[in-house]
Amino acid sequence: MGALLDSLAAGFEGDATRRALLDEVLRDGLPQRAESWKYTSLRQLERRSFAQAAAVAIDPTLLAAIPAPRIVFVNGHFDAVLSDVSALPVGIEVGPLSRLLQGDDPRAVHFLERRYQRIDEPFARLNAALAREGVVVRVDAGVQVESPLHIVHVGAPQDGGDAAWHLRHFIELREGAALQLVEHELAAGEHAHLGNALLHAHVADGARLSHVRVQDAAARASLFARTDAVLARDAGYARTDLELGAALSRHELNVRLEGDGATLQADGVLLADGRRHADTRLGIEHLARDSRCSLTWRGLAGQRGRAVFHGGITIHPGADGTEADLSNKNLLLSNEAEIDTQPVLVIHADEVKAAHGATVGQLDPTALFYLRSRGLPEVQARALLTGAFCREVVNAIGDGPSRVLADAALGRALARLGA
Amino acid sequence: MLKITDLHATVAGKEILKGLSLSVAAGEVHAIMGPNGAGKSTLGNILAGRDGYEVTAGTIEFDGKPLLELEPEERAAAGVFLAFQYPVEIPGVNNTYFLRAAFNAQRKARGQEELDSMQFLKKVREKLAVLHLKDELLHRGVNEGFSGGEKKRNEIFQMALLEPKLAILDETDSGLDIDALKAVADGVNAQRSNERAFLVITHYQRLLDYIKPDVVHVLANGRIVESGGPELALQLEEHGYDWIRNRLAPEAA
Repeated sequence: MGALLDSLAAGFEGDATRRALLDEVLRDGLPQRAESWKYTSLRQLERRSFAQAAAVAIDPTLLAAIPAPRIVFVNGHFDAVLSDVSALPVGIEVGPLSRLLQGDDPRAVHFLERRYQRIDEPFARLNAALAREGVVVRVDAGVQVESPLHIVHVGAPQDGGDAAWHLRHFIELREGAALQLVEHELAAGEHAHLGNALLHAHVADGARLSHVRVQDAAARASLFARTDAVLARDAGYARTDLELGAALSRHELNVRLEGDGATLQADGVLLADGRRHADTRLGIEHLARDSRCSLTWRGLAGQRGRAVFHGGITIHPGADGTEADLSNKNLLLSNEAEIDTQPVLVIHADEVKAAHGATVGQLDPTALFYLRSRGLPEVQARALLTGAFCREVVNAIGDGPSRVLADAALGRALARLGA
Repeated sequence: MLKITDLHATVAGKEILKGLSLSVAAGEVHAIMGPNGAGKSTLGNILAGRDGYEVTAGTIEFDGKPLLELEPEERAAAGVFLAFQYPVEIPGVNNTYFLRAAFNAQRKARGQEELDSMQFLKKVREKLAVLHLKDELLHRGVNEGFSGGEKKRNEIFQMALLEPKLAILDETDSGLDIDALKAVADGVNAQRSNERAFLVITHYQRLLDYIKPDVVHVLANGRIVESGGPELALQLEEHGYDWIRNRLAPEAA
């Protein structure tokens, strides 16, 4: 067994049920030959060990651009001082998971009982055994929350070595509710850490969840994120992921469209410069009639970076009238960079409209020359073209502060790429 | 202003320019005419610094300095402008944003103060009026969804804005109807001045009815084979390029 799992298990605190979950992962180890990990090797990570994460104080100005309501976790610990959910309207409940666990809330027990059996989902299994913190959000039926709710994860250097943490989030929107969620992954200083986050979203009949996630973690961070969302009848889920930071970032986005007429829009940008590795894996399941998904992803790989994209869509028997659209375009910006893209469409229903396309190309030399011939220096011309390539994803975010924020984060990341 | 001496150039190993020499003084309009494949566009592209062209011999001086050593953006800042034969569509890059970035990049390279968006917009409106271009085009992506005529007028509009010393028009007349042609010619004529030179590359004499050249050159087989006044263009129109070929043949023999 590798050092990684031993070090993560060392901090275990929990009951016999969770201990049994942990023992299962320890027994099975990390997946070595699983198809779903083909392009993302865990061999190096397996040899590293991580300490328990400690609560660390950070400079609050780091969060200056993120307004309330916000809930902040520093190294996986809920930070009550930096969090501010005082101005929430009636009908939305936001709180840390730890508080729920203390109170034996049946919802917490229910969520945490979810089992992960597959060998290729080690981080979900670890999360089930080890997560003690997260955010729990419930929006009551018919409540439309105006201000976006910000969930902030900050990684900060701590004494005692590189830290690891596991977070479990629950987002529940009841019938006809609406919520905008913005997730941030931020770095407070240079350091390495391992973050493992699992988010459940349940969007009930006619409810709308909009979700922007800006991952701009520390350059040496390893992040494993998984989102499991369930959409009921006429529910809508629109999310945008910007993968801009971390050394290794793997995101598994699993969405089950269980109700008739459910719609999913999931777009994103994978930006892999330096030696970064960004891996996004979509698992979209259409289980009901007349459901729709629209997936627009853009990948950029420069220097020795690697962008990995898997777009899996399954249209199950009976999900007639489904419309599915997947577009994944990629730009290879250097000879040493790598892009792996794999759209996988499985159809078991009738009257389905499904389209997918994946391309890998380079910046158009004619466009580059055109811009330079007007006086733009090459670096600036490249930045303009790469920005245009990604901008489609950001422009699809509805008008408002979330888009401004995402646009600014993307702009900063692209400027780094040009430098 | 521009002095090209014995220029030889290859594209993908094939020699296209074979000893081209040309001098253009400030304030002059020179037309370069010639049959397809003579090397007209190659000349324009080499002057602007496009990749894929190898200069194997000869020199180009611009304002007394060697031009070939400069990057395309340095040439632009020095005052060279190429109006493209096929202007590029760049969706996602806003036209106004791009123009202001280019405009200010040039000013910065020349050590001049950059214009803020208000000052820039004022300048843009002045120039737009001359070209009869719709404001709305400014808010679109660069050349995105523009008609052929709009693209060419946009090139001339950019030229008006960037105020180059040497403007090279690469078959700007191709694909234009008569109204668009006149609009383009009006735009060019409005910018003629004692400080600015034009190199008008064209296959047809038609454009020269509206932009009166001082000198007409005939480019054939990679060299200037004939130079003269505006009447040379008319002769070409009348006799066709075979006339030049026939005049050349004895010399070649």
